[in-house]
Amino acid sequence: MKIRLDNVVKTFETFRAVHGVSLEIESGELVALLGPSGSGKTTILRMVAGLEYADAGHIYFGDEDATDIPVRDRGVGFVFQHYALFPHMTVAENIAFGMKVSKVRRDKTAIDARVTELLRLVQLEGLAERFPGQISGGQRQRVALARALAVDPKVLLLDEPFGALDANVRRDLRRWLREIHQELGITTLFVTHDQEEALDLADRVVILDKGQIVQQGTPEEVCRNPASAFVMNFLGDTNRFTAAVSDGVARLGEARIPAPGFDDGPVEIFLRPSDLGWSSSGAGIPATVARVIDRPAGRRILALTTTGEAVELDVAPETQVSAREQGIITIERARVYATG
Amino acid sequence: MARRILPGFPLALGITLVYVSIIVVLPLGALVFKAASLGFEDYWRIVSSPRAVASYRVTALSALGATAFNLVFGMALAWVLVRYRFPGRRFVDALVDLPFALPTAVAGIALTTLFAENGWFGSVLAEICVKVAYTPLGIMVAMAFTSLPFIVRTVQPVLEDLDPALEEAAQTLGGSDRSIFLRVILPLLAPALLAGLSLSFARSLGEFGAIIFIAGNQPMSTEITALLAFIRLEEYDYQAAAAIASVLLITAFLMLAVTNILQARALRYTARG
Repeated sequence: MKIRLDNVVKTFETFRAVHGVSLEIESGELVALLGPSGSGKTTILRMVAGLEYADAGHIYFGDEDATDIPVRDRGVGFVFQHYALFPHMTVAENIAFGMKVSKVRRDKTAIDARVTELLRLVQLEGLAERFPGQISGGQRQRVALARALAVDPKVLLLDEPFGALDANVRRDLRRWLREIHQELGITTLFVTHDQEEALDLADRVVILDKGQIVQQGTPEEVCRNPASAFVMNFLGDTNRFTAAVSDGVARLGEARIPAPGFDDGPVEIFLRPSDLGWSSSGAGIPATVARVIDRPAGRRILALTTTGEAVELDVAPETQVSAREQGIITIERARVYATG
Repeated sequence: MARRILPGFPLALGITLVYVSIIVVLPLGALVFKAASLGFEDYWRIVSSPRAVASYRVTALSALGATAFNLVFGMALAWVLVRYRFPGRRFVDALVDLPFALPTAVAGIALTTLFAENGWFGSVLAEICVKVAYTPLGIMVAMAFTSLPFIVRTVQPVLEDLDPALEEAAQTLGGSDRSIFLRVILPLLAPALLAGLSLSFARSLGEFGAIIFIAGNQPMSTEITALLAFIRLEEYDYQAAAAIASVLLITAFLMLAVTNILQARALRYTARG
């Protein structure tokens, strides 16, 4: 089912949560709404579900205007951040709930068969008779997903689906959700504030800030070509410098950074730690090492430039470097944005 | 004994046991002892006399009626207080505790005045031939009044803690308001409701002050058990008073035991393992 949001607005009391968002999600697509807290991403998800009504604008499911369809008739599967499993029902009863209260009558054997099938899909066959309080967080998450899928939703919506889980479980569940999505092909929209999660899981990432879409595209597009300083900053660690452009070139220490298309004047330059190198000579920014942090994949140098700015850079694990050493930060890649 | 992290266990337990013994166990023990000093036949004769049995019937039936009324009305009150914001909400919330604070005799006199045939309510009800004062219905009204806070105050905190996402989840799964209430909210409230019901019923069984003014106290029809025990006391027949009171005591104990079992069943999903 294709979903289309047309200039949707939502205001809470005095605070405007969503300012005119338009968005299209193709049938079968897996899309992430990514943004910091307060960016309106959860509000958008809840409006698609029908848990909030839009103040203005329209939401279409296929060709049907779903803006005013109440949540119980909208046919969405919603997975809540803290699962919202019914604590007094067993895992099997939780999954069967939607089928039992449905207007479509199903007989008991059909419901039981569907529950068994879903338990197999989420790999929880042995836990049918447990209560939610008796299983782990990752298992609860999978029960919540099975419960949402039980009523054959047209759209699957997930609110920070892995937010409350620890890192390893989160990574496993992410891959597993990706597999389930491939198997079922259901249009899926999920909300996250974790850029790694969004890039890892989604076909397309929609980045939000202050209730507006600031960029959307495939993970490759948003990573390789961040549209603004905000997106650049939000997607990963950066070092920010201000510099002056003259004749299409910005100067940062001894380094010359091409800035084609920028008028002469001040600009912001963003450098990812991995875009930088450490060298004893060459054209770059002279600096002193303040500290070295060792990580499994390499070493991160915290350095202070001669002008007193802190810079973080990642170097290969075998690099020999220690605190108080002096050297040059070399620049391999840089992104230039207009000051603003 | 294993070393404890939390301090003060022996002192706290000591104080608790002394207080429970002096305030609860000792008087009840004296009651049982007094009743036991009757032979079994005398005891049985007193507790099974027609007047006593009639008093049990009117007390228990009125208490049941009052509790049923409070179940519906108390839950509605708790629901409204938790779910909605309206002017005067805090005032209504404070009002709920009034039956606890008010001397029950004052409540009894007030209710009698209202429900007497020339009272505000009584005169209206008389026109449709409903008589409240000096009938079992009056006993029920007095019981309902004094025990209302129990249900409201036990249900209210549970309702407040209910995660709104549970209802939202049920809605996204297609549940109607009715099925969400019956399948999700009510089962989660059940343990608190049971606790409130048992307290409300126990209080109704034992209520005295509010009832004697409105009941009319006719032996065999509107005489409650507590009053009968009181009458025997006034006649200096301490043993008979103790025997009748022991019936109330046993009933209350049995009922609390049954509610505890039901409550444990309703809460079995919280067991870990």
